[in-house]
Amino acid sequence: MGMDKPELQDKVCSILAEQLAVDRDKVTPDARFSEDLDADSLDLVEAVLALEEEFGVSIPEDEMESVKTVGQAVDLVAEKVGASA
Amino acid sequence: MADAPVAFVTGASRGIGRAVSEGLARAGLAVAVGYRSDPEGAEETAQKIVSGDGRAFAQAIDVADETSVGEAFAHIERELGPVGVLVNNAGYTKDGLAVRYPVETWDTTIDTNLKGAFLCSRRALPAMLKSRWGRLVNVASAAALRGNAGQTAYSASKAGLVGFTKSLAREVGVRGITVNVVCPGFVETRLTETTPEEIKERYVEMTPAGRFGMPEEIAAVIVFLAGASASYVNGAVIPIDGGLTA
Repeated sequence: MGMDKPELQDKVCSILAEQLAVDRDKVTPDARFSEDLDADSLDLVEAVLALEEEFGVSIPEDEMESVKTVGQAVDLVAEKVGASA
Repeated sequence: MADAPVAFVTGASRGIGRAVSEGLARAGLAVAVGYRSDPEGAEETAQKIVSGDGRAFAQAIDVADETSVGEAFAHIERELGPVGVLVNNAGYTKDGLAVRYPVETWDTTIDTNLKGAFLCSRRALPAMLKSRWGRLVNVASAAALRGNAGQTAYSASKAGLVGFTKSLAREVGVRGITVNVVCPGFVETRLTETTPEEIKERYVEMTPAGRFGMPEEIAAVIVFLAGASASYVNGAVIPIDGGLTA
């Protein structure tokens, strides 16, 4: 049974908050990883690893390149999981 | 790290790999003894460790093959836990002048010595990043630092390991992971068995120590780098060659 989008978004944001060591309320869909959440390339790699592990998906490196905001990350994970909107 | 980490030494059927495996086991680590074509040697290495009250088993792996690397690591993780110490020691060499060097042999040399270290390191890193601790030790060669006629492929692959080590050290140092490379000089092992006598003599003459190295002398440095006391050594290139490249 898949999870719905809002639940998935919440889970992704929790993981990102933990991985990037920022307050949960800073992790909004518009938040940019680099400018707003102070994430460097290593932080992002680790965040992706955590998301891959949590959701049991594989996120290829080249697909990560266009992910600049939390919302884009949520969409990408949702796509991989095949979650319903 | 509270518990002793798990070590994986590739190319550990004999020679330097075996000596490193034994050294790490004496330091209290559980060791996966990597092998590709010599299962008996790897079993012997593991047995020596087990009979000394250590923990070890032989692990098949073709370091140049991504699938094989994945399977090997998955198996080790199931048996011992995530790898905290990786020694990229598997090596291949075949001498020949560049002007007539078979392209296939070039590829095998680069794939085994350089790509293999990359594939294994890449597979080991996620767990090390997660636990914010790791030791990656690459085994290069004095040939990484000084040229030898007949060894363009070998030197290229080993010098490549030096560059790889330095860049990777910069990537992951902040997570408590160190990446270092050792450059052994001439050590009498199966890898150097077929070296012609006159070349061996020349090496001895060029080496201030006036003799070849022993696998244990190489292993001692690698075991140090794998330990807690080497926590501030990162991106280092360490010759272990009796002064050959001094």
